[in-house]
Amino acid sequence: MASEEQLSAIKRAKVLMVGAGGIGCELLKTLALSGFQDIHIIDMDTIEVSNLNRQFLFRQCHVGQSKAKVARDAVLRFRPNISITPYHANVKESRFNVDFFKEFDVVLNGLDNLDARRHVNRLCLAADVPLVESGTTGFLGQVTVHLKGKTECYECQPKPAPKTYPVCTITSTPSKFVHCIVWAKDLLFAKLFGDKNQENDLNVRSSDTGNSSEHSEDVFECRKDEDIEQYGRRIYDHVFGHNIEVALSNEETWKNRNKPRPIYSKDVLHVKMTKENGDTEKDCATGDVSAMASLSLKNPQDIWSLAENSRVFLEALRLFFSKRGKEIGNLTFDKDDQLAVEFVTAAANIRASSFGIPLHSLFEAKGIAGNIVHAVATTNAIIAGLIVIEAIKVLKKDNNNYRMTYCLEHPSRKLLLMPVEPYEPNKSCYVCSETPLSLEVNTRHSKLRDFVEKIVKGKLGMNFPVIMKGASILYEVGEDLEDDMVAIYAANLEKALSELPSPVTSGTVLTVEDLQQEFSCSINIKHREEFDEEKEPDGMVLSGWVEAPVDKDNNKPNGNGESTSNALPTEEILEGEKDVEIQETSGGTETVAGKKRKLSEVDESRNQKKPEKLDLDDEDDELVISDDWESLTKKKRV
Amino acid sequence: MNGEELTEQETALYDRQIRVWGADAQRRLSKSHILVYGIKGTVAEFCKNIVLAGVGSVTLVDDRAVTQEALSANFLILPDENMYHGKTLADVCCDSLKEFNPMVHVSVEKGDISTFGVEFFEKFDVVVISCCSLAKKKLINQMCRKLPKRIAFYTVDCRGSCGEIFVDLQDYKYSKKKLEETVECQLEYPSFEDAIAVPWKALPKRVSKVYFAMRVIEQFEDIEGRNAGQTSVADLPGVLKLRKELCETNSVKESQIPDALLERLLIGTSEYPPVCAIIGGILGQEVIKAISGKGDPLKNFFFFDAMDGKGLIEDISKP
Repeated sequence: MASEEQLSAIKRAKVLMVGAGGIGCELLKTLALSGFQDIHIIDMDTIEVSNLNRQFLFRQCHVGQSKAKVARDAVLRFRPNISITPYHANVKESRFNVDFFKEFDVVLNGLDNLDARRHVNRLCLAADVPLVESGTTGFLGQVTVHLKGKTECYECQPKPAPKTYPVCTITSTPSKFVHCIVWAKDLLFAKLFGDKNQENDLNVRSSDTGNSSEHSEDVFECRKDEDIEQYGRRIYDHVFGHNIEVALSNEETWKNRNKPRPIYSKDVLHVKMTKENGDTEKDCATGDVSAMASLSLKNPQDIWSLAENSRVFLEALRLFFSKRGKEIGNLTFDKDDQLAVEFVTAAANIRASSFGIPLHSLFEAKGIAGNIVHAVATTNAIIAGLIVIEAIKVLKKDNNNYRMTYCLEHPSRKLLLMPVEPYEPNKSCYVCSETPLSLEVNTRHSKLRDFVEKIVKGKLGMNFPVIMKGASILYEVGEDLEDDMVAIYAANLEKALSELPSPVTSGTVLTVEDLQQEFSCSINIKHREEFDEEKEPDGMVLSGWVEAPVDKDNNKPNGNGESTSNALPTEEILEGEKDVEIQETSGGTETVAGKKRKLSEVDESRNQKKPEKLDLDDEDDELVISDDWESLTKKKRV
Repeated sequence: MNGEELTEQETALYDRQIRVWGADAQRRLSKSHILVYGIKGTVAEFCKNIVLAGVGSVTLVDDRAVTQEALSANFLILPDENMYHGKTLADVCCDSLKEFNPMVHVSVEKGDISTFGVEFFEKFDVVVISCCSLAKKKLINQMCRKLPKRIAFYTVDCRGSCGEIFVDLQDYKYSKKKLEETVECQLEYPSFEDAIAVPWKALPKRVSKVYFAMRVIEQFEDIEGRNAGQTSVADLPGVLKLRKELCETNSVKESQIPDALLERLLIGTSEYPPVCAIIGGILGQEVIKAISGKGDPLKNFFFFDAMDGKGLIEDISKP
């Protein structure tokens, strides 16, 4: 139905898609049907079974293969004469630089994480290529259009920080099931099966346990004279019995809390578990081994009793040591690893039982532990359709008609798909404007390393940073550095800010640049002596990135004169799933940080009251949904 | 509901969506039977969505031959003549849909749907029809209504950059969560015939213009004896004449149905793929809601227009 003019714009266009997951599959299909002829698609992921309910270009036989490549082949079956170029790669790789982005007429995102979204946003700004951004979760979705200088960029509105839990809540005083999951996954699982060199707070807590620190190291090692069942029971008794007793001895903690109950294996499981097979079984592939299967527990939606959880705990532990021994020491929790999910579910439930917290099914526990976001095919299809409509407007340079569109679960003033005019760029956005940030930090105690990790990489989302004070370079990352420079930078990392060769003190202005993103910003340093361990766990506070100025008179109606201002469905969207990224924080001790941890969000201390975007990431499609509707209407429309 | 439990395979495959609508809804889906009549781009999208969702069975009816035009927005047809030669549209789409989800039974029923008896429709929980005449829409809707069992009935059509869904759930009870409580709700739907017979004057002022425009063209095709979608811009004068008559009968201003809108709807039979994806997605969601009995179903028309980007629900029933 497209007009001739529109069709020729589509045919000429060179399009970059980032993400070939839930939204990506639908998008690639709709682009191809709409007449696009030159599509490039980047996705680093491979196909998994849980993708198949919605990523319709993939089949069971494709599990394990590259999403980008399989998606290409599937679409070429019904549109054989178009060009689709797949990249099985991370969009953050250096080959996807600004010059690469400049080749495209428009970039379409169907990503599953904030880091990559921010990265693509910056490259699009640097290359001055329009970006259509999208996200879905369950029945909710949104599409936004970002054009440099014309509409707000993806980072104009601060994103909420991932949910974090104080370390003592996790180690000593859990009150919710999620606390037990974090303990089971990030502490116990990591301790037993992960990297032994990682710091782990499992045994170090409540101030007065100094006496047992060496002893506790041994507890988790299998002794020569014990078999795997004895070992499992000893671990069980140690973490669910002994450790609880130790915690109970600290009377102060329990003055205003319910006391936990120590649990010992002999009280729960009277008989010795029968061992089906000896330890001679060979290691076999991940995924084939299941404690549920060997215990004949079928339904993952059932909530197991304490005894069942205890059996699963011991059986899963036995299976790890007997069948997957080679992996021990290198394992990190993976939601697609059945045995790992079983172990974490059981351990979390036993701990929950100890603390009087309701138990949960494996299905629910997996959702919490794996940070799984709901996803259905229909929403992705709708969102993909909306992306293509906006992409075509971009190609036609139909500047006045761009819309950001929300897909709602419940209609708001009869609208299920709600278009809103895009907003102007936020003048105080540190990404698309040149507003400096400011950082409060203890310049005498904080090391350059802390600044690099927590601020430059964590909050500013840079991959290849260069840090400068005036003309002198304090730190730089890159492949072609001289050895002596590498040594100097490495030494600088360990120095306190005020002790650097070119000292950073109150009043210093630092310039931080990312060469790949071609993005640079300035940071004004302010010295501050004290930080609150719980509220300001980084020991530094970044600020200066504030919401767009409120302009109440500019509550322009959209489209044909209907005001959308008073009907925005505030609650519905905010009721949606929150980003449940789990990240423990503590004052002194940095808790285990899984490799996937995103520390990326900018400090929200000033914006806490108004979360602007809930970042609802599915592991593979994902989304950033939906905004605080109230403040949304106050921002300036373009 | 305590039917059989989901199998391990189902739990693994449907994990992400069970997290949206629950295991109960998934079980109901797997026992539901859907009839689909008239396959074009929008219906292809819809079929993909419900096959992925894991309904029990999908029965396709469309005896038309595969033409170049049928390929335009339909990704279920591979553009290889050897593949579709001698097959009907339903046959070809059936083959593709089967691949999407081996747990769903997809089959083809041949023949003229208007000659099928009531007992044929009784096998289904949901009937979706598309690309068919006004008379056929009314007829099939009436068949579904005659049965003692409640069949969810939908019509869907895309014309150019606009799409329309009509829903008839008859007397529909469902539950929804309000805060912590589950509330029982009830909705009364008119038939298609009754809905479109509601005098335009009696409708709320701001009813979507697309509703009226769709009715004018539908009637035009009916009077001219055309197949659904068999119109072109050349028909504009005739359509404008009919608009005048209908507006006079209904005492509404002709400006309620702008020329430009009618012109956009008359572009003929080719569909606009992004709109197919959107309408097929909304319809998929509605059918899933109706089967699972969860969530507010839309009552009783839905419109999407790519021009303004609005996806709008209109309740067209006797006040």
